[in-house]
Amino acid sequence: MLDSELLRVSHEARLLNSSEIKKTPLNAIHRQLGGKMVNFAGWDMPVQYAGPIPEHIAVRTRAGIFDVSHMGEVEVKGPAALETIQHLTCNDAGRLSINQIQYSALTTPQGTFVDDILVYRMGSDHFFLCVNASNQEKDYQWIHDLARNGTQVLFRSNDFAQIAVQGPKALEILAPLTEIQLAAMKYYWFAQGKFAGAETIVSRTGYTGEDGFEIYCPPSRAESVWQQIMKSGKAYGLEPAGLAARNTLRLEAKMALYGNDIDDTTSVLEADLGWICKLEKGDFLGRSALLAQKQSGLERILVGFEVVERGIAREHYAVELNGKRIGSVTSGSPAPFLKKNIGLTYLPIDSCSVGTEFKVIIREKPVKARVVPTPFYKRTKSA
Amino acid sequence: MYPEENLYTKDHEWILVQGEIGIVGVTDFAQHELGDVVYVDLPEVGDTFEANEPFGSVESVKAVSEIFCPVGGEVVEINSKLEDSPELINESPHQKAWMIKIRISDPEELKELLNSEEYEEYLQEQAST
Repeated sequence: MLDSELLRVSHEARLLNSSEIKKTPLNAIHRQLGGKMVNFAGWDMPVQYAGPIPEHIAVRTRAGIFDVSHMGEVEVKGPAALETIQHLTCNDAGRLSINQIQYSALTTPQGTFVDDILVYRMGSDHFFLCVNASNQEKDYQWIHDLARNGTQVLFRSNDFAQIAVQGPKALEILAPLTEIQLAAMKYYWFAQGKFAGAETIVSRTGYTGEDGFEIYCPPSRAESVWQQIMKSGKAYGLEPAGLAARNTLRLEAKMALYGNDIDDTTSVLEADLGWICKLEKGDFLGRSALLAQKQSGLERILVGFEVVERGIAREHYAVELNGKRIGSVTSGSPAPFLKKNIGLTYLPIDSCSVGTEFKVIIREKPVKARVVPTPFYKRTKSA
Repeated sequence: MYPEENLYTKDHEWILVQGEIGIVGVTDFAQHELGDVVYVDLPEVGDTFEANEPFGSVESVKAVSEIFCPVGGEVVEINSKLEDSPELINESPHQKAWMIKIRISDPEELKELLNSEEYEEYLQEQAST
């Protein structure tokens, strides 16, 4: 038997630079909880506790708590902060109210991804960016080097732990722990204030397709914040959830994963993220490339599919359309809540419509898959 | 824990030899490592495999694991129940979740395998490294 890809990679990474593996402030807690630890982007992270399936179902039906302290934070402030953000990202940060958040991307001159990010507007000329763990140093350097004069760019990743609580019970679990009016907070808004005794930023955001919150706190307070949430969540069936469940949850919600579905070779439009691409906002890095792509028409686009014959599609598996190799699966997994085998891949624009059938090559065997509407999973919004 | 009548591989398969037929599955250790099994891929009756050649695979949400043939032979029966009930691998790895029966081509190859005592020792060695 082979170890899983993830575990093998983790093992090799451990051999190569065991001293360089980074730990979040919650590392000891994960071990106490029986978390199976792996190396993820240089971080020693829990891939699972009870298992990806029960954790996934807990988030969809009750709530799950995730350590996402490996995510990076960059602060951008100063008189030219808005100008810098507008220049480097494709969404329109000028539309953000203070305390509002938007999903966006740092774009290359080619209109591809440096990273996909969340932009928090702290003040009229003050922004806080949440960026991918694997890209944080690159992103900081990118922003620092390209910032307009009069912008202060600060690498803040070491100043924050981050805990995500996701699921239909998240609000009820968290509300008693803070004076912040969580119930009144709208999706993609945030507040700063005391949470479980710590100075925090709390946002109504997440990477699971559920309602939920993400809490940024000082690393020294992370254990206490985690424990208080766990205590409050006990009566609601809150479960710790690891990276494996985080991945299947985000895939069901068709949220892109940098490094799999998007990177510096895929454009924002190809990734089917036209809604974060505000070409009318004025010039920004990558705008002319994206505009040209829009005018001449895309060649390919990211679609969601279901495997309709027996088999599980996994990332990197080859994709064939009418007998011709046209690409590969960018993300693929069993979907624990939907109980289907789903995935994402780029298809030619003339063969991307819902119902289109193609083949995923699973251990040399072509297995039929079909384009389906996305997101695969959409929560029913409660009143 | 590990049935004495079986032989084992270092890849965590077991084989129960009954005359010229060998019944093959994965061990309890293997199912633990895999976690919840959601998919099992089996060969077809009539397929032949050499010793240590992958004959199928077992998948969890996160991982794909190939399963290797402990000794060479021809597949004479498959446990097609596993296709609809892959969780049997977790529930009953040494009994209900047998995967294939093979007609062993060279019984000499069985000498390369571990007995239950040797397999348990091997697991202990692995755990301590």
